[in-house]
Amino acid sequence: MSEPSVTAGIDLHARQVRKFRLQDLLFHRTTQLFAFVVLAALVGILVSLTIEAWPSLKEFGPAFLWTNIWSVPDDKFGALAAIYGTVVTSVLALLIAVPISFGIALFLTETCPVWLRRPLGTAIELLAGIPSIVYGIWGLFVFVPLFAEYIQPHLQDLLGHVPVIGGWFSGPPIGVGIFAASIVLSLMVIPFIASVMRDVFETVPDVLRESAYAVGCTTWEVVRNIVLPYTRVGVIGGIMLGLGRALGETMAVTFVIGNANRINGSLFAPGTSIASTLANEFGEADPGLHIASLFELGLVLFILTFIVLAISRWLISRSMGSEGL
Amino acid sequence: MMSLYTRRVWINRIGIALSMVAMSLGLIGLLWILWTLFSRGFAALSWDLFTQDTPAPGSEGGGLRNAIVGSGLILFFSMLISTPIGILAGIYLAEYGRISRFASFTRFMTDIMLSAPSIVIGLFVYALFVATTGGFSGWAGSLALALIAIPVVVRTTENMLKLVPTSLREAAFAVGAPRWQVSLKVTLRAVKSGVVTGVLLAMARITGETAPLLFTALNNQFFSTNMAEPMGNLPVVIYQFALSPYDNWVNLAWGGALLIAILVLAVNIGVRVIFRNKVKR
Amino acid sequence: MPDQALPTGENAALQVRNLDFFYGDFKALVNVNMDIANKKVTAFIGPSGCGKSTLLRAFNRMYDLYPGQRAEGQILFHDKNLLDKSQDVNLVRAKIGMVFQKPTPFPMTIYENIAFGARLYEPMSKSAMDDRVEWALKKAALWGEVKDKLQQNGLSLSGGQQQRLCIARAVAVKPEIVLLDEPTSALDPLSTAKIEELINELKSEYTIAIVTHNMQQAARISDFTAFMYLGELIEFNETGTIFMQPGKKQTEDYITGRFG
Repeated sequence: MSEPSVTAGIDLHARQVRKFRLQDLLFHRTTQLFAFVVLAALVGILVSLTIEAWPSLKEFGPAFLWTNIWSVPDDKFGALAAIYGTVVTSVLALLIAVPISFGIALFLTETCPVWLRRPLGTAIELLAGIPSIVYGIWGLFVFVPLFAEYIQPHLQDLLGHVPVIGGWFSGPPIGVGIFAASIVLSLMVIPFIASVMRDVFETVPDVLRESAYAVGCTTWEVVRNIVLPYTRVGVIGGIMLGLGRALGETMAVTFVIGNANRINGSLFAPGTSIASTLANEFGEADPGLHIASLFELGLVLFILTFIVLAISRWLISRSMGSEGL
Repeated sequence: MMSLYTRRVWINRIGIALSMVAMSLGLIGLLWILWTLFSRGFAALSWDLFTQDTPAPGSEGGGLRNAIVGSGLILFFSMLISTPIGILAGIYLAEYGRISRFASFTRFMTDIMLSAPSIVIGLFVYALFVATTGGFSGWAGSLALALIAIPVVVRTTENMLKLVPTSLREAAFAVGAPRWQVSLKVTLRAVKSGVVTGVLLAMARITGETAPLLFTALNNQFFSTNMAEPMGNLPVVIYQFALSPYDNWVNLAWGGALLIAILVLAVNIGVRVIFRNKVKR
Repeated sequence: MPDQALPTGENAALQVRNLDFFYGDFKALVNVNMDIANKKVTAFIGPSGCGKSTLLRAFNRMYDLYPGQRAEGQILFHDKNLLDKSQDVNLVRAKIGMVFQKPTPFPMTIYENIAFGARLYEPMSKSAMDDRVEWALKKAALWGEVKDKLQQNGLSLSGGQQQRLCIARAVAVKPEIVLLDEPTSALDPLSTAKIEELINELKSEYTIAIVTHNMQQAARISDFTAFMYLGELIEFNETGTIFMQPGKKQTEDYITGRFG
């Protein structure tokens, strides 16, 4: 091994140093460029949808959002029915999913025997892994017939004559409709909400929990008075995440919502959502106002979910004390 | 009159019982869907499913060969696009995330993209690619799915890199290595299996995605390996067949759904089993 | 041990002048002045949080990795201030190697662990690299144990062997100074003894600075000892003097175990 002379060594070093600096700069910029792809996609979505929706934006203005008409022959379009269906199915789905998710998270963090936590937690996560189209065909072929035969008539008998809310359960029990879509959606978003809730419940310091148990609190009281107040922000974030998911879900809803572009006071009636209108009509849409209106629907959906998801991520990251999940 | 104590005990019991009910509901939902899928899907499984192409409306027999091959191709190319982009972007967030505002902004947006409605991605690729190049194609489908997979790869890569002990990173810097070598040759290599996991999970995520393919890859009832043309794929075939009035088509839809579900569940379970062992070590 | 004069400018490998160190707003080092003697072992002792590791990490600018950490003052190395922005940190680190508390083998083969750093600033042929790897592993007294499994993963070695691998990795780059940050605190007594023996041999060729919480260790292996407390260099002297006749009350209290 020959030792390089001192000066030769210094020259060599200077060359290496320059090379490394250049490579590091290149590395920084290259990885940054790829990170930029994600941002570019997001901005690209907004821009391209706006451009494509322009004819419709110009023609109908903001009234697009609250006009209840969807007529291809007349070239008249308004998003109200689709927005109504989207919001109602999502909210209803949350009403069902939130208590169940809370129960699951509570069970997994507080009462479940330790050896069962992992397998049961994985089972719930698997529910999130099942593709939405599987939920869709399961909903259409298995759930909807049972729902029409056994559940809808009973709900009608039970609640159909109650003033005010009775109307929600009127109409023929055909299974498909807003209500069925909400139930299938709720099953889909449960794993998302439950996982976030479980994760934030686990951030509660053990000392806090233990000191509550030490003064004689029951499990339920610990959850109500310690865990929930401590994790409130994260829990709401989890619920918003579920809402974001539900709003944008396409396949599971398209199969069971009935795809009728109108607003009906009954939850048993068929309806539509933004995503299912797109899935049904976009492929055969006429160029011109029809397709532009569909793009505008997409834009509305994107902005709506963006806001909901942004709030959700912000709340969750605040609650987890890190940069999100 | 119940004593306060008894009341508290009872409230607690009811609360815990309800949590168990909720857990059971979740499990019942999972098992019910899986049971339906396996019983109906297995009935549709046959050798023909893999060797025959999708049948004409109302005819008997046939299989899903064109859709299976098409899905395979579309998936392969979308992972080919999303893996390098996702990993490099993930490295960026992990390496420069602490010091750069741009990085934390990107991270936030990536989290949103993780849950963005996939059908909107389909619209975007339609406007960007299909409408401008003049046609539905396998490439468009791959692009749409890649856009959905990228955020998944980005975030798992970043999370894995963050698990690398700081002492290992410092040790690599301590021999005088430049940042790119520390990052690619030491830290990335230390979490290789975790990054592979992220790529597999991303693939599982997009395997069943239907909505973004509707307006991009469309469908093709014939066998084709030409990515520049509309291409048959499992999710869209399942969608069309399941909503059709033909029993044979519906049957094939169940078969296809089972194939997808098996792949997705196998990846999800496999990754968890493998990764748990990794963590233990 | 013959009496040794405290290092002065000429025989110092590093000259620390008016060094302050900050973690954000917290001042972790206050006006440190000292010389690290060339080809001697200098030990840093003191209660945890006294700044001894911080000082060591200033020598190779490891703090540069973290925003919010900064050093002010001078650390002269070959008459140039290490802390200057114009100094290339990577090159500084190649000249001033470091071994950490926990063994940190890279996720690659034993051979590559050594070669990784060695080839950074010194392009070498395959055979020259083979020689360098053997040389470094012999320096670290590890060659005999690993010569037949150079292609195995570094993680397959025992904890003590991993730490010696890290020392081999550091010397393979041919640094002038080797910084050791509590290198034996995660090891069993037998491995610790081996490492201490190794340090004793290495000092003929390298300047060594070691942080340790083990005072016996400092007494056994070092030529000079610095006692630090609350970010200040309280006393710095020839090791025998520090342990036998400490000049300051605080040093005496710490050494006799009255606090710490």
